[in-house]
Amino acid sequence: MEALLSRYRNLTVLLIVVVAQLLYLAYQVKTNRDERLIRVWAVTAVTPMAGIVEAIRHNTIGFLQDYFILLDVREQNRKLKSDNDRLRMENVYYRNELATAEHARALTLFQARTPSKTVAARVIGNSTVETAKAVFVDRGATSGIEKGMAVVTPDGVVGKVIAVYPLVSQVLLITDPTFKVGVESQKGHVHGVLDCGTGKCEVEQIQNEDKVSAGEWFFTSGEDRIFPKGFPVGTVVSSQPGQGMRDIKLNLSGAPGGVEEVLVVLQGVHQAIPSTPPENTESSMLPAPPAETGSDAAQAAKRETEADKVLQKYDEIGKQEGHVFGGVGSNLPNFNVKPEGPATQAATPAAGTSDANVVKTGSQAAVKTSPPSTSAPSSNPAPKPGPSSNPAPKPATAETRPPMNSGPVLPLGAPRHKAVPPIAQPQAQRPPAAPPRPADPQ
Amino acid sequence: MNETSDQILQRPLRESWFSRFQVAALAALTIVAVIGKFYLPRLIPNTEWLELPLLLTVYFGLMRHGPIASLLFGAFVGLAEDSLSPANLPIGMYGITKTLVGYFSASVSMRFNVENSFVRLVLSFFFFFFHAFFYWVMRRALLGQIVPFDPQETFVHGALNAVVALPLFAVLDRMRLSGSV
Repeated sequence: MEALLSRYRNLTVLLIVVVAQLLYLAYQVKTNRDERLIRVWAVTAVTPMAGIVEAIRHNTIGFLQDYFILLDVREQNRKLKSDNDRLRMENVYYRNELATAEHARALTLFQARTPSKTVAARVIGNSTVETAKAVFVDRGATSGIEKGMAVVTPDGVVGKVIAVYPLVSQVLLITDPTFKVGVESQKGHVHGVLDCGTGKCEVEQIQNEDKVSAGEWFFTSGEDRIFPKGFPVGTVVSSQPGQGMRDIKLNLSGAPGGVEEVLVVLQGVHQAIPSTPPENTESSMLPAPPAETGSDAAQAAKRETEADKVLQKYDEIGKQEGHVFGGVGSNLPNFNVKPEGPATQAATPAAGTSDANVVKTGSQAAVKTSPPSTSAPSSNPAPKPGPSSNPAPKPATAETRPPMNSGPVLPLGAPRHKAVPPIAQPQAQRPPAAPPRPADPQ
Repeated sequence: MNETSDQILQRPLRESWFSRFQVAALAALTIVAVIGKFYLPRLIPNTEWLELPLLLTVYFGLMRHGPIASLLFGAFVGLAEDSLSPANLPIGMYGITKTLVGYFSASVSMRFNVENSFVRLVLSFFFFFFHAFFYWVMRRALLGQIVPFDPQETFVHGALNAVVALPLFAVLDRMRLSGSV
């Protein structure tokens, strides 16, 4: 034995060393214990050099990079451009992913809301035949899909399953020439057949006597035994009487050719045609803002255009003169007089102070003795204009209006050579009589 | 046999190398080789393929002519390398591999003239490939870790290490000669 060991001494030592390491390794694996002490020693012994090495590296390479920085600017620029292009592509990709996620969320909401039992599917491919409008979805017989089942989206109908495979199904879109859908209008509940084979979707078999207006919604009628009743189909673009049948063009609410996620109706439940148009599930709408009050409302009221002011002024004059705009037999009002009320202030804010002065100094007594009256114009028609109808000034009571014959009635916008004396804004402070107006030189 | 064959198979007659080489220098070289494997890629990028501890083990085995000392040296270098390896790898993987490398390199040096550059080149390449392959086998067999093994990449790295081994061994030869004076 001793001779054997001495003869194979090298091999024996090798076996001992290897087996010892193997046992140590097996012990670590068996106990799942990391020999932390050895590693701590090694790392503690080695890592202090890391700072030195890193300092050498940083200083050396940093100096070289600073020194030769201009040499590789072009390369860096090219690399940055390349990175920028790549990031742009990624941005587009993630935007598409986000849109897909939003659509999937809408599908989930619709799936939870509709009483029909549905299963979501993703469009994975188109048909190889160019003329046939069909797509493949990633759900098949293993998901419970059967031939003839309807395929919808929250926006509208998509098609029906025409072939079922274990993992995929083929869906014939409603835009296929051979596909027809039974539809029903929302308001008049007029039944028809949707045909999108010609490229434009038309609702056929509707009499001319039936009332279908543009903008009206059409829903599935359930008569085709494919789509449950009550799924939105689209809105009427045009509805015109035709030869025997009404010519109705329809705009599909869904986009059968461009959908990515669909719902296959496993068990359809007929629903009533909703009285309101289907809500858009993809966008939310805030409630109307509250009514403005206080200073905001006053500020909004001041935001009037010049046309609004002129219209308001004429309304005031019309009321003041007892004129009914558009009425027959009404007297022609004098638009040259200034109306009473706030419209005058708004229209001529600068002239308000001078008018008040005139009133105070001119006929203070008359102001005090003549109470205002707003009902007078209707019971007391305005005098006809004429130079002789107003020989003397009268007190400016409610019964006495500004003289209509103090001057010629000028057309709107005609130049005036002399300003018409204004009337006080408050009705109680109206002057007793308007000063006589000189004859117009024209 | 021709002259080249004689030169390759001739066993060099020289004194014990280890006795001439300072122990301190050997320890320093070992530490530098082990630590250099972890810091060199920081200093010089794309040098992860350089296996200085392995080359040092091979050189020690080729020059020592003693299998026991070589395998112990290989075990020491390997365990030192293991202590700095990731924590998910138990200590002993590199130890076993380099133990075998040290033993086999010492065994080869007893039959071939390892002073020849071509022999050194071939042996360096061979031991690098053996080291990488055996390490991969151990990870799969002992640890059950499915790690990829790219023979083409290993071949290229082996060739690069063999190219580096020639000047490195020459420098170590000069150190040995200076120590022998």
